[in-house]
Amino acid sequence: MAIECLVLGAGQEVGKSCVVVTINGKRIMFDCGMHMGYKDKRQYPDFDLIPDSCDFTSSLSCIIITHFHLDHIGALPFFTQNRGYSGPIYMTYPTKALAPIMLEDYRKVMVDRRGEKERFSSEDIVECMKKVTAVDLKQTVQVDKDLQIRAYYAGHVLGAAMFYAKVGDAAILYTGDYNMTPDRHLGAAQIDRLQLDLVITESTYATTYRDSKYVREREFLKAVHKCVEDEGKVLIPTFALGRAQELCMLLDDYWERMNLKVPIYFSAGLTIQANLYYKVLINWTSQKVKDTYVTRNAFDFKNVCSFDRSLINAPGPYVLFATPGMIGGGFSLEVFRQWAPCEKNLVTLPGYCLAGTVGHKLMSAKRPTQIRLDEDVQIDVRCEIHQLSFSPHTDAKGIMDLVKFLSPKHVILVHGEKPKMAMLKERIESELAIQCYYPANNETVCISSTHHVEAGASDAFLQSCLCPNFKFSKPNSERDSDLDDSNKRTIVCDDRVAQGILTLEKNQNPKVVGQNEFMEVLGVENHGVKFAHCCPIYLPDSESRDASGRSPSALLRLIFEQLSRAFPGFDLHDCQEQIRIRSFVGSFCSKEKCLHRTDVSLHSRVTHLCCSWSLADEELAWKVLSIIKNLELANAS
Amino acid sequence: MCSNAIANDENEEKGRKINKPLDANSLICAGPQYKTVKNLLLWNVSFIDIVMISSPMGILGLPFLTRNRDFSAKVYATEAAARIGQLMMEDLVSMHKEFRQFYGPAESDVPQWMKWDELELLPLELRQIIYGTDGTEFGGWMPLYSAADVKTCMLKVESLKYAEEACYNGTLIIKAISSGLEIGSCNWSITGPKGSIAYISSSVFSSTTAMGFDYKGLQGSDVILYSDLSSCNAPDKFDDDNNFSGAAGNNFSNLSDDDITSAMLLSVDEYLEEMEKLDFICSCSVDSIKAGGSVLIPIGRLGIILQLLERFALDLASENMKVPIFVISSVAEELMAYTDIIPEWLCRQLQDRLYSGQPLFSHVDMLKDGRLHLFPAIHSLKLLGSIVGQLVDADVEGVDTSLALLPFKPMAMKVLQCSFLSGMPQHIGPLENSFPFGYYSKNQTLHIPYTKEYSEFDIAVDLACRLQYTTLKQNDMDIARLKGELVVEQGRYRLLVGNEQASSQTKPVLHFGRLDLKVLQMALQKMGLNTAVEEVRSADGTQTASLVHISEPSKSIIEVTEAQTLITTADENVASLISQAVCSILDCI
Ligand SMILES: [Zn+2]
Ligand SMILES: [Zn+2]
Ligand SMILES: [Zn+2]
Repeated sequence: MAIECLVLGAGQEVGKSCVVVTINGKRIMFDCGMHMGYKDKRQYPDFDLIPDSCDFTSSLSCIIITHFHLDHIGALPFFTQNRGYSGPIYMTYPTKALAPIMLEDYRKVMVDRRGEKERFSSEDIVECMKKVTAVDLKQTVQVDKDLQIRAYYAGHVLGAAMFYAKVGDAAILYTGDYNMTPDRHLGAAQIDRLQLDLVITESTYATTYRDSKYVREREFLKAVHKCVEDEGKVLIPTFALGRAQELCMLLDDYWERMNLKVPIYFSAGLTIQANLYYKVLINWTSQKVKDTYVTRNAFDFKNVCSFDRSLINAPGPYVLFATPGMIGGGFSLEVFRQWAPCEKNLVTLPGYCLAGTVGHKLMSAKRPTQIRLDEDVQIDVRCEIHQLSFSPHTDAKGIMDLVKFLSPKHVILVHGEKPKMAMLKERIESELAIQCYYPANNETVCISSTHHVEAGASDAFLQSCLCPNFKFSKPNSERDSDLDDSNKRTIVCDDRVAQGILTLEKNQNPKVVGQNEFMEVLGVENHGVKFAHCCPIYLPDSESRDASGRSPSALLRLIFEQLSRAFPGFDLHDCQEQIRIRSFVGSFCSKEKCLHRTDVSLHSRVTHLCCSWSLADEELAWKVLSIIKNLELANAS
Repeated sequence: MCSNAIANDENEEKGRKINKPLDANSLICAGPQYKTVKNLLLWNVSFIDIVMISSPMGILGLPFLTRNRDFSAKVYATEAAARIGQLMMEDLVSMHKEFRQFYGPAESDVPQWMKWDELELLPLELRQIIYGTDGTEFGGWMPLYSAADVKTCMLKVESLKYAEEACYNGTLIIKAISSGLEIGSCNWSITGPKGSIAYISSSVFSSTTAMGFDYKGLQGSDVILYSDLSSCNAPDKFDDDNNFSGAAGNNFSNLSDDDITSAMLLSVDEYLEEMEKLDFICSCSVDSIKAGGSVLIPIGRLGIILQLLERFALDLASENMKVPIFVISSVAEELMAYTDIIPEWLCRQLQDRLYSGQPLFSHVDMLKDGRLHLFPAIHSLKLLGSIVGQLVDADVEGVDTSLALLPFKPMAMKVLQCSFLSGMPQHIGPLENSFPFGYYSKNQTLHIPYTKEYSEFDIAVDLACRLQYTTLKQNDMDIARLKGELVVEQGRYRLLVGNEQASSQTKPVLHFGRLDLKVLQMALQKMGLNTAVEEVRSADGTQTASLVHISEPSKSIIEVTEAQTLITTADENVASLISQAVCSILDCI
C-alpha cells in the first residue's frame, strides 16, 4: 500500500497551508489555511480536488490544525460551514482557545476595513469551533479503529504542534510551523524518535542560518530605549497573538531591570484578553516561564496597560502595541499616519510583510521618504524604522537536524520559496540520503509505505531469540597494532540471530515457533536420515611385517593428521578411540558381522573403521572416506 | 496505595484498668506515627518492577517505598497527580514538623507509647486502631518521611499526560486514562504483545471538576482489574471479614453500547447526588454564617474543595453577604496557583471557561477582590474569634469522626458529615452475568491465564518475501525457516532482515513424518534399484525395524525404524540415490 500526499496549499509558497494525506485508506487533512496575499479564489485551497468532494465528511477521516496562524486555520470555518464538513477536527488546547480570536479579528479586518464580502460570519466561527476536539501533547488519540494521532511540541507560537499519524504500520509526521531553538516565551520543538515513512516539513528558512537571537533582541531593546529616552513614541504593530506577547515579555522584563517608568500600552482590548489566555496556558510556554508561575505569572505584565484613543497625541514618550502587524490598515495605520512625520518616533516592522502593505513599503524605503496610501493621501516618513529580525521559524540547520534525527524514508517540503526549497532538497538527498520532494500546489506525491506481515510467535521462540549469543574475536592486528593498543583487545559482539519456523495454515495467521518445539506443535516426529559404512582399511604386507604391533591409536593418529591437513578449516576431534568431524564419527570396528560392512574381503591384513554421519554432512563424509581409503596407498609408497 | 491514619491525640496519664472507657484523657499524647499498607515491609522491594499511581492521594505512601535502598521500580503517575500529590506530601511533612515542635523531637523510631506494656493499658478502641481489627497491622506503623524523602521520591516518578504512551522495557505500553475521581486521577491500560489489562479504580463518568471517566480508552482489554469496590452493595459471595478488595473480569471489549448507556444513566444520578450534597453543605454553611457563626472545613479531596469554593462564591453573592473565606495550608498558594493553569485535566464545563476567556475557577477572582485569603499556617492569621460554628467533614475516607473530635468534647459546634464516593461499584452487578468474573482478596496472588497463546509478532515484508516455503505432505500446511534480527519496541516484537554476515550458522535440515516402505520401494524401483524387504523382530516378536536390501549395483542396506532411516552403503552414488528417495517421502525443513 502507499501513502498519497495531495498538496492543496503551501506548495512552493508560504500561505494557505493544506495537505491531504491518504494513508492505507484513511484520509487526513493537515491544516486548512488561507492565503493573505490573494482576494480571489486562490485565497483558499482548492477543496474540489479532494476525492469524493461531494461529501467531505465521509471522504476525510479527520482534520488536524497545527496552530492558530491564519495561513493554517483561516479556511476552516468556510470548509465546515459552507462546504459542509462535519467530521472530527483536532487541535491543541491553546489553538482551540486562541484560534477564534484570530479568526474573528481577521473577519473584522476583511469586512470593516477592506469592505470585502465576508466568507464566514461570527456565528460560523463559533459553530466551527464547537466541532473541535482539543488534544494535549503526547496524548494518543484513537480517531477510529485504525487511525491514531499524537501531537508534539513545536515551539513557534503558543499551542503549535507537530502531528504524528499512524494507520496500520504506516506512519507520518506533519510538522506545521516549528522552531528548533527556544525563545523568550516558548520552548524548542520536542519529538520522540519515531519510525516514519514520511515527514512533511515547513521550509520557510530553507537556506538561512541564524546566529544567536539574543543579539537581535538587544538591538530591539536598545532602539526602543533610545527612542523613549529622547521623548519619542514607539509604535509596535503586531497581531494580537504570538509576537505581541513575546515582545511584551521582553519589554516588561527590560523595564523592570532598567527601572523605566515610561508607559507601555496595548491598543486593543483583544490583546489584553489574549494575555489572559496565555496566563492559563502557561504550561505550554518555556520551562523558565513555567517555573516561576506561582510567584509571578510571566503574562501578568506589570508595566502594561490598556490604551485610550485620546492618548494618541498626548505629550511625552510611550510604547504602543497596535494591530495589525503589517500596517495593512486599521489602528496601527491610523497611529502611524500621525507619528511618522516626527523624527523622534520609532516604528518597528515584523520580519516578513506581505506586498501591498505599508510595512512592505517601509522595508525597502530610505528615510526620509514619502509613502502613498492612495490617490489623495501621502505620508511623510521621518521617524526611525527598526526591522525585527527574529523569527519563530526554524532555520535550515534546524530542519536538517530534525530530518536527520527522525530519519524518515521520505521528506516533503512545503511552506517555503521554490528556489530555496530546491536547494534544501539537494542537501537532504545528498547529505542524508533521504528521498525529498517539494510539490507545487495541487500536485500529488505517492510513496510506498513499509509493511509487516502480522504473525503470532510462541514463547519458546521469543525466549530463544532473547538469549544473548556472545562471540569473541580478535581483530586483525597486523596493520595498526603498534599504533593503537586498543586493537589488541578481544572484540565481543552479541551475535543474536532469531531463528525459527514459520508455519502457515489455511485461514489462519502465520505462526512462528522455535526450532526445538515445532515438531511438537505440528504433532509430528523427527525422523533422522543417517548413513553408515564400515570402511575397510587394508594394511600393506610390509606394514604388517615391521609394525605388526602398531596400535589402533597410532593408526588413528595417522588418519587424524591426514585429515587435519585435508580439512584445515574444520574442528577435528581426536578422542581416544574416535575421529569426529561435524556429524561424522569413525571408530575401529571389531565386530566380525558388522551390519554396516558391505565388503566381503578375504584379505587378512584388514581392519575396519565403522563410520556414520548424517544427511547434512553427506558430501564431507565421502571426502573423508576417500582419504581414509587412500591412506594405505600413501603409506605403501 | 496507602492510607494514613494518624494518632496524635492527647493523654496526660495512662489508665490503670484494661478496658477503661474511651474519653479525651485516654488518647495518646505524642508525635504522630503513620500507618501504611500492612504488608508493605514484607515485600521484597527489589522485586517490584512497576508502580502505578492512580490519584494524587495514591502517592502519599510512596516515599515509604522509595526510601528503601532496594527500590528500583519505575513509577508512573499523571503529571497532575504527581504535582498535587507532591504538594499534599509537602503539606503533611510541614504539618508533622509542627507536631514535632510541639511534642519535641522523637527519641527514637519507636516511641514510648508503642512499647508493649504501654499498649496493654490502652482502651480497646485505640488498640483496635493500632493493631487493626484482625490484630495484624501493628507492623504498618512508621515514622513519617522527610522533605528530602519526598524530593527523591518525586525524582523517581515518570509523569505522563492522559493517554500518553509510556513504553516499559520495550514490551509494555502503559497509558493513564482519566477516571474522573479527582484532578489527575486515572485508570491504567497496560498492553503487551500477548494481551492487555485495564486497571479500573473508582471512576466517575461526569465529574464536577476533573476530566470524566474515559471508558473508551480501556475498551478492547483482555482482562479488567477492578479495585476499590469497598462500597459494593451485592457482596453475597464475599467473606464477612470484609477481606474483599476487587474483581477481575475478562473481555471488556464485548461491552455493548447498551451496557455503557445504562451505566451512563446511573452516572447522571450520581452527578446530581454529588451536586445535591455540595448544595446541602453550602446551604447549611450559609445558615451558620447567618446565625453569626463560622464554618470549618477540613481539606480532603481537592476537587470537592474547589467545587465548594465555586458554590460559596455564588451563594454568598446571591445572599449579598461579604464573608471572608480562608484556606489554610502550607501549600495553599501553590495548590491554588496550580489549579489555575491545568485546563487539560478538567471537566468539560471548566474547559469551556478557558474557551470563553474566563479563569478556570472562581477563586481566581475571589483572591483578587479579597473574598478569599490563603495562609500557610493557622498562627499567621487572627481569625479565631468565634468558636461557635459548624464543622463540615467533607472527607471521603472512613475516618471515625467521633474519635477525631474526641479531644474537643464537649462541643457546642454543629457537625456535618458528608461522604463523597461515587464510581463504578454499582455498575459491576449487571456485567457479572455477561463475562467470566474472578474475585481476589488482599495478600493473595491471582493468576490469570493469557487469552492468547501466541504473542503478536511482525515480520518485515522484505524478510517475508525471501522466505522459502515447503508444503507439508501430511498436514495441509506450508512452513518456512525464518531467520532475522528480533527487535522489541513499542510493545511489539518485530523481525527484521538481520546482518547476514554476522549471523550464526543455519541449523541443519530436519526431517520428519513417516517413511512408508511400499512408497520407498517404489521410489527406489523408479531409480533402477531392486529391493527386498526383511522384517526385524525383537525377542517378544514385535517388529522393531525393517531392512531393505539392495544388491545391485552395490550391496546396500536401508534400516527403517519409526525414528530414523539408516543407509548402509559403500557406494557414494547409491547413497545419494537412496537419500533422495527417502527425502522425497519425508517432510523436511
Ligand atoms: Zn505559523
Ligand atoms: Zn505558517
Ligand atoms: Zn562396523
